[in-house]
Amino acid sequence: MNAINQSGWKPEMNAVEGAAPATRTGNRALMLEEALIFEIGTTETTGVDLPETPKGASRLGALARSKPIGLPGLSEPETVRHYTRLSRQNYAIDLGLFPLGSCTMKHNPRLNERMARLPGFADIHPLQPVDTVQGALGVINELAFWLIDLTGMYGVAMSPKAGAHGELCGILCIKAALEARGEGHRKVILVPESAHGTNPATAAFAGFTVENIPATDEGRVDTEALKSRLGPDVAGVMITNPNTCGLFERDLKIISDAVHAAGGYVYCDGANFNAIVGRVRPGDLGVDAMHINLHKTFSTPHGGGGPGSGPVVLSEALAPFGPLPFTARHADGHIQLVEEETVGEDHPHSFGRMTAFHGQMGMFTRALTYILSHGADGLAQVAGDAVLNANYVLRRLEGVLDAPFAKSGPCMHEALFSDEGFPAGFSTLDVAKGLIDEGFHPMTVYFPLVVHGAMLVEPTETESKAALDQFVDALASVADRAKAGDASLKAAPHYAPRRRLDETQAARKPVLVWKEAPLPEAAE
Amino acid sequence: MRYLPLTDTDRTEMLRVIGAPSIDALFADVPEEARLTGPIHGLPNHASELAVERHMSALARQNLVAGEVPFFLGCGAYRHHVPASVDHLIQRGEFLTAYTPYQPEIAQGTLQMLFEFQTQVARLLGTDVANASMYDGSTACWEAIVMARRVTRRAKAVLSGGLHPHYVSVATTMAKFTGDDVHASLPELAAEGDIETLIAAIDDDTSCVVVQYPDILGRIADLSELAAACQAKKALLIAVVTEPVALGAIRSPGEMGADIVVGEGQSIGVGLQFGGPYVGLFGCKEKYVRQMPGRLCGETVDAEGKRGFVLTLSTREQHIRREKATSNICTNSGLCALAFSIHMTLLGEKGLRGLAEANHLAASAAADRLAQVPGVELVTPTFFNEFTLKLSREARPIVRELADRRILAGVSLGRLYPGIQALEKGLVVAVTETATAEDVETLATALEEVLA
Repeated sequence: MNAINQSGWKPEMNAVEGAAPATRTGNRALMLEEALIFEIGTTETTGVDLPETPKGASRLGALARSKPIGLPGLSEPETVRHYTRLSRQNYAIDLGLFPLGSCTMKHNPRLNERMARLPGFADIHPLQPVDTVQGALGVINELAFWLIDLTGMYGVAMSPKAGAHGELCGILCIKAALEARGEGHRKVILVPESAHGTNPATAAFAGFTVENIPATDEGRVDTEALKSRLGPDVAGVMITNPNTCGLFERDLKIISDAVHAAGGYVYCDGANFNAIVGRVRPGDLGVDAMHINLHKTFSTPHGGGGPGSGPVVLSEALAPFGPLPFTARHADGHIQLVEEETVGEDHPHSFGRMTAFHGQMGMFTRALTYILSHGADGLAQVAGDAVLNANYVLRRLEGVLDAPFAKSGPCMHEALFSDEGFPAGFSTLDVAKGLIDEGFHPMTVYFPLVVHGAMLVEPTETESKAALDQFVDALASVADRAKAGDASLKAAPHYAPRRRLDETQAARKPVLVWKEAPLPEAAE
Repeated sequence: MRYLPLTDTDRTEMLRVIGAPSIDALFADVPEEARLTGPIHGLPNHASELAVERHMSALARQNLVAGEVPFFLGCGAYRHHVPASVDHLIQRGEFLTAYTPYQPEIAQGTLQMLFEFQTQVARLLGTDVANASMYDGSTACWEAIVMARRVTRRAKAVLSGGLHPHYVSVATTMAKFTGDDVHASLPELAAEGDIETLIAAIDDDTSCVVVQYPDILGRIADLSELAAACQAKKALLIAVVTEPVALGAIRSPGEMGADIVVGEGQSIGVGLQFGGPYVGLFGCKEKYVRQMPGRLCGETVDAEGKRGFVLTLSTREQHIRREKATSNICTNSGLCALAFSIHMTLLGEKGLRGLAEANHLAASAAADRLAQVPGVELVTPTFFNEFTLKLSREARPIVRELADRRILAGVSLGRLYPGIQALEKGLVVAVTETATAEDVETLATALEEVLA
């Protein structure tokens, strides 16, 4: 007798004869096509009944709108159906393993969502008198405290709205500190070639010149090359640790000491802090500034591309230059919001304000909820399990896919593979699209740039061993098909809501807004 | 620990496959002197859902909730009723827990939503195109100034005194580092606005003029003449909208000739949330599209010829262009953009216009009532849902005193412009559909008492 088939698939079931027929609607059972709101809504329809309100006289004068706007409306049932149907065309961490390396797609606990929606946090205005928002300032202050504790740093800027905004904050702190020292002539920021694209973009945006530092054959920063480039024109370095090859930069402390000795500062891209939280503190490695993506390490949702949140922890040397506003807790328990008004006495060297209000409060409540849920023991286990899962994937796949840095020591939170060994005509992209058909979101592809046809797999700690085994088997099978030159892979995905999309056409003739189809031209 | 699926048996088996004696051994590349040997100091160990909920709820209870009291704050963040279905839909896991749509075949939900969002925003702002959103209004405003520098190859930005002081502050902060030449000024309680001053300030070095509509005091001004003056000098007109509901009642900045229109989208679909996350709106004329910052979603077809959507023009962006990108921006404000788009779809043209009218007429009635209070003068003759009162005394302590009576009366100009005596008697009052006639009466009566 066969054992129970846990997948629910009956192996003896024969394939049905004949190709799948086209349907009249274009729908395929649960896979439902959905038109645009501009095609199904009307400007007469609304899904909102407005409340009764007092009515004074109009004071708009000549500025009253006369032309129609062109905004279609839907009733509530139609709206719910439209967005529910759209949602079903998305892959999500709630559906399965989402191994995007360096992006850290981990489970988003729903307690976080509930806490962020407490009216005491969700329904308060940023300009309310500070006495009426002591609890909200308390959340910011408490999260700030734990971020400092977990990183071993001196201070933290909470207002940056996302990781890249945090990078900008850190780089501006460095610039302000140099200018305060009268060394504004230091214009060069050194960036390893494996860095995230935001690093050079940020440095350039802030007026620095970017110079690349090569990596060694084992996938780490070339410490000697970096040291030899240090000098009186170098403002600092931007290093990602753990780096985007998934490796811990062993020499970071040595690099930091050298950079400091040469008069520069060390920026650490903290995108991958989730691999080391609770196990090593960047402050102990000589880091001067590091942003923390709350959505990566501290489980706030990615939301299909934001909102993020990028607090920046700062060393004692840079903290005086951090942005406004920030919170300060006094001995009597009162929490002060330090803004432009009192900055003269409290924080005279601040470089100023980066955003209108106090930062991503909704993300702070979620991140604090997560930190308290896991606690000190849990966070160390988070990093441990994330690293364990990544090493398991690395070792199980290194016989199938080329793993260029598999000999460079254990990986951290992510495992890197290359397209070495694929026959001509088969690429990393084909493997990614093949994985879609297997029901997985692909890993990060073609990043980092230091590896040809890179595939960067980050499973995170919230995957079970069974989920990892299923993913590894699927990826190995797709990789084998690529190596065998299976032509069907070139046309993947076959089973997604869409086949491969023409990105070239999209860029050549951009259609960025919906327009009514033009009336057919009159026949000559 | 409830979020970690691995069992100790799993861990042992996996370590065997890896060939490592322990999880700690996987951290061998961390220098020994930096390795933490025990749990991090200070932080308590893991806690139950119930315990965490108690702790967070206790903090939440220390705040005065807007919905529980008469509430009149605006100045860049507005309290509107958000329909229940908006929050339900944005919490669908397929939206909430998806990533940036890098694999478009399995992200059509997010991409189609962004395409719809871009179209809604462009139509509302009166621009040809709009992007997939920015962090918030203030950062969108700064990105617009930088974009104008790229387009005009000039670096002088002239900011209206009616621009939100925090937006001004962001621009002046950033300009210190980028070398942009930002000219800012203060609003005047007596004046109609500063259109004429702005027109006079435009010269051959001016990259852009930045004007808020309605402005920080609530005033609305026709931008057509300013747009023409900018065009004559080849400078760009950037209009900033912090209350997009207004555009259901008044002409759009694009219609009046603005080249770039940015905004804070919070007031549609996104709650107050103590200042974030919000959603920056960014629209412009089509000819500038390749100089735009941020993500763009575009229409295309798949291999079978079916319509689909992708992220496009990414050669402007940091992950491709690195140090040559138009901006270092990486994320947008996806989930807030979704909330905006759903709320806008529920409203539709009819609902938005009705909502805008309800706001305007309620604010107008409230202004009439409050202007009857002895010691209160209405200084903004035209406005949408927000107006400025000049009190007979400094407004900031009065706001403080009214908060003690559980009335959130508005934003004092003393809070926004500390130390500026000419503004200290100003109180900016926002009245949306959430304020009742009783709320207004409560505020009027209390003002009468504290000003007596």
